[in-house]
Amino acid sequence: MSGPASALSQGRTMSVRGVLALLRRHTIIVLILLLIVFVLGIELARPGTVNATWLSNALLFAAPLGILAAGQTLVMLTGGIDLSVAAIATGAAYILATSASLGSAAAVALGLSIGIVVGFINGIGIAVLGVQPLVMTLGTGLMTGGILTVYSQQMLASEPRVPDFIQALGAGKMFGVIPIDLFLWAPLAFLMIFGLARSGFGRLLYAVGDNREACKLAGVRVWQVLLADYILCGLFAAIAGLVLVGGTNAADLSLADVYLLPSVAAVIIGGTSIFGGRGGYAGSIVGALILTVLTSILTLLDAPEPIKQILYGAIILLLAAAYARLTD
Amino acid sequence: MSATMVGAPAPFRRFVGRHLAWVGMPALLILALAFTALIHPEFGSFDVQSLALGALPLAMAAAAQAVVVLSGGIDLSVGSLMAVSNVLAASTMQHASFTQSLLLAALILIAGALQGAANGIIVVISRIPDVVVTLTTGFIWGGVALLILEKPGGGAPPEFLDLAAGNLLSPWLPNALILLVVAVALIWLPVRRSRLGLLIYAVGSDRIAAFRSGVGIDSTRILAYIVGGLFSALGGLALTMTTGIGAPLAGTYYTLSSVAAIVIGGVRLTGGRGGMVGPVIAAVLLTLIPTDLIFLNIDPNYGQVIQGTLIVFVVMIGGFVAVLQSRK
Repeated sequence: MSGPASALSQGRTMSVRGVLALLRRHTIIVLILLLIVFVLGIELARPGTVNATWLSNALLFAAPLGILAAGQTLVMLTGGIDLSVAAIATGAAYILATSASLGSAAAVALGLSIGIVVGFINGIGIAVLGVQPLVMTLGTGLMTGGILTVYSQQMLASEPRVPDFIQALGAGKMFGVIPIDLFLWAPLAFLMIFGLARSGFGRLLYAVGDNREACKLAGVRVWQVLLADYILCGLFAAIAGLVLVGGTNAADLSLADVYLLPSVAAVIIGGTSIFGGRGGYAGSIVGALILTVLTSILTLLDAPEPIKQILYGAIILLLAAAYARLTD
Repeated sequence: MSATMVGAPAPFRRFVGRHLAWVGMPALLILALAFTALIHPEFGSFDVQSLALGALPLAMAAAAQAVVVLSGGIDLSVGSLMAVSNVLAASTMQHASFTQSLLLAALILIAGALQGAANGIIVVISRIPDVVVTLTTGFIWGGVALLILEKPGGGAPPEFLDLAAGNLLSPWLPNALILLVVAVALIWLPVRRSRLGLLIYAVGSDRIAAFRSGVGIDSTRILAYIVGGLFSALGGLALTMTTGIGAPLAGTYYTLSSVAAIVIGGVRLTGGRGGMVGPVIAAVLLTLIPTDLIFLNIDPNYGQVIQGTLIVFVVMIGGFVAVLQSRK
């Protein structure tokens, strides 16, 4: 950004500064511009790639990440992190697929209950006993993964099956263009953005993330806020797991592993501070879209898988570092 | 812990309290070994060997994690760093002589230190929190490991494997155990006794106080990551000695387990408190769990569940004690 600025005259530099200040205040504009640049880059590199089908696929694939990032946003706003989301998502998907014979509603309920149970355990540890979120969720993630492995060995007899409507949810499109998971993600996104900005609970999350002691002194029952926060995060992770397994139609024990890093990265790139109190879900949505488009770019590169993995990680670091510099 | 020692004389209590890792952890290990001998009466030198060999990589991972956590960071790339040095070793040593492989091992250790340095420098320069940086670099190093060796394979000369797998002195004193003690002592003791050790503890316990006392925060943190990288590379070499091959995905288990080991080994996750004895013995304990499960005819997959549950319980009890103390 300093390149064009230096070429301009002194008076114009002031306005450039004004623009920079504006961008600092509304970082989401930068993110959206970046997203547009990424999409334009794809179109320039491979003309004709970006069309209605591509866009609808991008939204389809972004939805599970976006839903995971919703939970992650909620806990990061309070200065926490949830590293058990991948295990929860995998668990929800696996339980759903193995209990499909009980009927779809029961299977979905069982799948979602995984998220609530693990979220509850996380919440008790973090909110009531004051355990560091990082290690608590690492532990419950390990626990959940282990229980799943044991469970899967006892389930060898019954073949996992993904109910049809979950497949429609995760892979289907209405009129061939509108991804069905958008009908889940969009209301959820609306609830998140509206709830964070306007509801008492939403404001409490910011307050707790900003200054926990002040909240306690003001009479806020901080532990209840945090407990609800981690349960919600677990629930969102479980929902994301269901959408994911609908898309792949194969429940395996490493289904959501690759989503752990992106779920954190989408929120960080989206401008939510890991120290809490700052950020919001709108940024996370754009973050999730940027990461999805980035994956799409790397796929187009036709490079070997390890190279893609290295580039993906490096770009995440660059984006996060640039963001940290911009807002400092 | 304090409740059980109420009856003990005060000097004894103080000694145990100060040196919990030195007293408690070996006691716990002896108890666990006694239990193992009880359920598996044929427990002999062979079991000691396989336990020491199995615990070696995790003990190194725990040491790596401990150094970084003591300095106030966390390294979620330990497993990937181990994988990189594991595949580097297995792919270069396959047709090497013993002397050549020792030379290669030295180079791999240097590479490990450099990787650790990269982690530390990125953490310091980017101003992104440690968790996010090492989660991402872990992803990147994982890609590097896959790039070096796509599928499990390679090898090393038998003399090199015997550095850990053999027993030079006595069947009851396996090489793996000697290697572990010597390696940890050779790297950690000089660090601990020097200025750097003091700085690591200072920065880990109170970064601002350390800064005001004129400690170079950034350089100390980078050095801690370098020592961590060195231990991780040792862990990768240990993995090569234990398995005889290189596997690009073998390291993933060790990231989470290294955190488990330091939590159980009494290193405080916010930094500045703990030592090296606790984590290393905890690594042996964690390795003993699946073995004991097999002796008890229980699915060894429960090992991961127990590990996760152990982390959760240890930190929750720690939190519970803190809550009780603050109420007093």
